[in-house]
Amino acid sequence: MNFQAIRAIWIYEFARMRRTMLQSIVSPVLSTALYFVVFGSAIGSRISHVGGVSYGAFIVPGLIMLNLLTQSIANASFGIYFPRFVGTIYEILSAPISAVEIVIAYVGAAAAKSMFLGLLTLATAAVFINIGILHPLWMLAFLVLTSITFSLFGFVIGIWADSFEKLQLIPLLIVTPLTFLGGSFYSIDMLPPFWRNVTLVNPVVYLISGFRWSFYGLSDINVGVSLAMTLLFLALCSGIVFWIFKTGYRLKT
Amino acid sequence: MYAVCSHLPSEIRTIFVLSFLFGVTQIKAPVLLPPSVPVMPPIISVSHLSKTYAGGRAALKDVSLEINKGEIFALLGPNGAGKTTLISIICGIVTPTEGKISAAGHDIIRDYRAARAMIGLVPQELTIDFFESVFATVRLSRGLFGKKPDDAYLESLLRDLSLWDRKDSQARTLSGGMKRRLMIAKALSHEPNILFLDEPTAGVDVELRRGMWELVRKLRAAGTTIILTTHYLEEAEEMADRVGVIRQGELILVEDKKRLMQSLGKKKLTFALNAPLATLPAALQAYPLSLSEDGRELTYTYTENGGSAPVAILLESLNAAGIGIADLRTEQSSLEDIFVGLIGKSA
Repeated sequence: MNFQAIRAIWIYEFARMRRTMLQSIVSPVLSTALYFVVFGSAIGSRISHVGGVSYGAFIVPGLIMLNLLTQSIANASFGIYFPRFVGTIYEILSAPISAVEIVIAYVGAAAAKSMFLGLLTLATAAVFINIGILHPLWMLAFLVLTSITFSLFGFVIGIWADSFEKLQLIPLLIVTPLTFLGGSFYSIDMLPPFWRNVTLVNPVVYLISGFRWSFYGLSDINVGVSLAMTLLFLALCSGIVFWIFKTGYRLKT
Repeated sequence: MYAVCSHLPSEIRTIFVLSFLFGVTQIKAPVLLPPSVPVMPPIISVSHLSKTYAGGRAALKDVSLEINKGEIFALLGPNGAGKTTLISIICGIVTPTEGKISAAGHDIIRDYRAARAMIGLVPQELTIDFFESVFATVRLSRGLFGKKPDDAYLESLLRDLSLWDRKDSQARTLSGGMKRRLMIAKALSHEPNILFLDEPTAGVDVELRRGMWELVRKLRAAGTTIILTTHYLEEAEEMADRVGVIRQGELILVEDKKRLMQSLGKKKLTFALNAPLATLPAALQAYPLSLSEDGRELTYTYTENGGSAPVAILLESLNAAGIGIADLRTEQSSLEDIFVGLIGKSA
């Protein structure tokens, strides 16, 4: 194991994140605050309770997930796309470092940053509303699993993309809609039966449901199923990453 | 072949044989003359390497090459000949289609960690993270190659490359020459035994080029093996111990530079005549002599390895033919002429 390399990449990536930290922090804090003003106060005052939890508190896990997914994908995809774009990827490919080490370094750094931002979102929400966490360890487990899974997904996007447009394409066209339709702001039980079943195809539903369960003990879907779906998606992304390094897809000719 | 021209003086015979070889057949492997000093096992060994890109373009065809420890090896060839592909495969950036490569006995694929740890690469293009500082950039490079952080070493390296004053500057603020030196600093950050320099002085001014050469010599003196590709033949001539010529994916020649220049480097001896000649006298027809249009100059083309006696014989023959010589001058071909001659054969 080339620990020096992992360490060096982490230091380098965290330095890059520090340079952009202001944007990184401002965005989740500001968007969380806005969501609370709009959904929590303006609209939320008309909605009393969802499953015994005030609407403002109900949307918190969804908001954290929203930031977690966006940040994980953005950080990890940019982290690996940038060296490809600039050309410095040659150094990583020519270094005595294995695929597993590259993934631990880049995906790990991205996941760590999004976990931090996820917790920051939680802290921002706590300013507006009183939040109790029923299963803190499960909350952390979902936080870590989701960050890693979607950082892996972002890594795949960063390898696949051959332009900055494509780098934005999947987050914009797929992830944001899936998150909004994944029950961030509502319980999927509020939907008509047909649309409720359609929603079950959306992987984000399971993430948000499981995450919300860890906060309030209430969920749309059995928490075991949520966990299993999260692990399944983790396995799927790991499989794709494995295939990328096996074939050298977009990395080696 | 030899029987046909056995009546000719020895070095003229050599010219004929060589021109026959280059003109008609293709020289594949390093077969011209015995290798220079094969004492130690090679530090890099490439055997039967081929690379065909996904699009079907064959970039390398059955290349075999051995690099000796501590030498400076120059890889010459026109654009698209396969120089960068060869380097990229050895460094692990491009996957070979066929063939085996080892660095100090370590297979570059099976034992890639050991092989890559000893290799440093300076690619042709200026590829650096423009937003990162000089020092952070070289620190990352050192770490990537598995070396413990050593800021004292990196400081001395940056000082040697006159980059220390700019260690905290973002790479994008550096001048072109500094960026190139930063590329070298990155490659040297993990103290490699083997250094690849892909077109190190492309687009670099004369002064900087001299500085680069000096650095390369210093590295060689410290025991680093250096493989460089270059368009500037002057550079190979100045620096290299051996040269390899690559053309359309084939390594057509590998030779000790001095020997190459002796065996293929032509010398021209031009005589200014006392009286113009209308035609070349029959007695001199056997020599590769050419008469200028005005008949006032005779040019004798020969290679160096035949010794000096044949020139003396020629002078005697000229004397015997009653040709008076007013003056003479000599010219020697550069590696560039040799190279152009070799490459030109394919066109």
